[in-house]
Amino acid sequence: MDNTKLDINQIFEIIKVDFSELIDFTEGDNFILVSHTKWYEIAKFIKNDSRLLFDYLMCITSYDKEDKITYGLAFNFKSTINHSYLEIRIEVCDEDSVPSVTDLWGSANWHEREAFDMMGIKFENHPNFKRILLPDDWPGYPLRKDFETPEYYRGMLVPKDKTYWE
Amino acid sequence: MSNQDKSIIKAEEMVLNMGPQHPSTHGVLRLKIHTDGEVVSKIEPIMGYLHRCFEKHCENLSYEQIVPYTDRCDYLASMHMNHSYAIAVEKLLEIEIPERVEYIRIIVAELQRIASHLVAIGAFGLDVGAITPFTWALRDRERILDLFEMLCGARLLYNYIWPGGVSHDLAPKFVHHTNEFLDYFEPMIKEYDQILSGNIIFVERTADVGIITPEVGINFGVTGPSLRGSGISHDLRKDEPYSIYDKFDFDVPVGKGMMGSVGDCWDRYWVRMREMEESIKILRQALGRIPSGDVHSAIPKKVRPSKGEIYSRYETARGDVGFYIRSGGKNIPQRLKMRSPAFCNLSVFSEISEGWMMSDVITILGSLDIVLGEIDR
Repeated sequence: MDNTKLDINQIFEIIKVDFSELIDFTEGDNFILVSHTKWYEIAKFIKNDSRLLFDYLMCITSYDKEDKITYGLAFNFKSTINHSYLEIRIEVCDEDSVPSVTDLWGSANWHEREAFDMMGIKFENHPNFKRILLPDDWPGYPLRKDFETPEYYRGMLVPKDKTYWE
Repeated sequence: MSNQDKSIIKAEEMVLNMGPQHPSTHGVLRLKIHTDGEVVSKIEPIMGYLHRCFEKHCENLSYEQIVPYTDRCDYLASMHMNHSYAIAVEKLLEIEIPERVEYIRIIVAELQRIASHLVAIGAFGLDVGAITPFTWALRDRERILDLFEMLCGARLLYNYIWPGGVSHDLAPKFVHHTNEFLDYFEPMIKEYDQILSGNIIFVERTADVGIITPEVGINFGVTGPSLRGSGISHDLRKDEPYSIYDKFDFDVPVGKGMMGSVGDCWDRYWVRMREMEESIKILRQALGRIPSGDVHSAIPKKVRPSKGEIYSRYETARGDVGFYIRSGGKNIPQRLKMRSPAFCNLSVFSEISEGWMMSDVITILGSLDIVLGEIDR
């Protein structure tokens, strides 16, 4: 087992050997862009390859690209064995769904549910795919930039007065 | 009961709802517990009762205005939330902080760690039926809150650490009073050990219960004392020292399975006890060598970071908090995500509590030390 800390360029070179068509990396960036179609295979590779061993998935952040079509996910990984750090991003359209990596990292379970809850990104093969923080009947995905607060929720008037926080 | 009803309701399994209004769920958490007699077969935590749209609010507020919102995330360790957010914004802005500010920040962060662990230990004792340690813990925490009140006027939600500095300089005699508190509190830890740690009833209830193996802990992203209880020395203050933690001499206590197996509830409790001792060690070193200087000099007039993303990590009393900030070059963040440690720690809960008795579920939940303000955000 190799215990050297790798930087993003070295990690990219390792992943590129098997998945050159599916990943994208620009010199100077601190992340690797991955296609969602084979994300599960790539995830399995970065978790199990003896040079990478990213066993700790710290965070999944969903974000809006602000073009009303594409939404993104940022995965922050850390290896507790060789202490390398990696950020992977996946950018998908509204109708695409991303393969779930819950069976590889347990922490992905709730983070993926949160990404769906807040940004409306869909995941395939998730064991318990539903909203996590908001009620099940909440309309829309609130962290999208074009989200509009509903007038009423279950007959209750949603306050529009923003003076208390603006 | 007709035959049709019998097929719907399984006679052997019962679904119990615990919470959201229940003292032992430590906040507004609802647990849907499937039980077979007294043995738990499945647990489904349901949260969101305290969701206050923290991340949505952040997209409409300037960077400085977010600080008081971070207070309200982890309300038992507000200083840690302020500090972690300030560090993230400073990384985005790439500014240098005066040394005096760094020392003040570390002093308040370690005092906050003691205060937070006192609540965790006291409430954990209360969960398994020990009432006296809880009153002791609150009594001692009160003195830390008094110190904070002296510092910034607030007792719980401080808004003290700002990006670039702190809101007030140290109060006169703050160092003296803090030293007095440490002299008082250090022998008190031994008393806590005597009344709780070795108490046979407490040990019977917590040892060998709810074991988190190192593999499961890392896989589920468990951090903080809950992971260190499993014997893994993972502490960001040591592994990736932020602020000026590399200047201090302290140890990272890990669970050793002294009363049962490594990673049980007692180990997680024990790690918190020993961490308070380590915090005192850091405090004694820091209080002795606070440099002079201006605490407001580095506070930027306008916080307007250039385009880019940052993921910043910080070790709070509950674990590894992460701020993922996407900046669009404006004075408000484009997207701010908080990776909450208690959220990830709770996600392992249903995994480790299957097969235990109903009363053990409360012990396991108490040992994870969750704060719902931070889980729901």
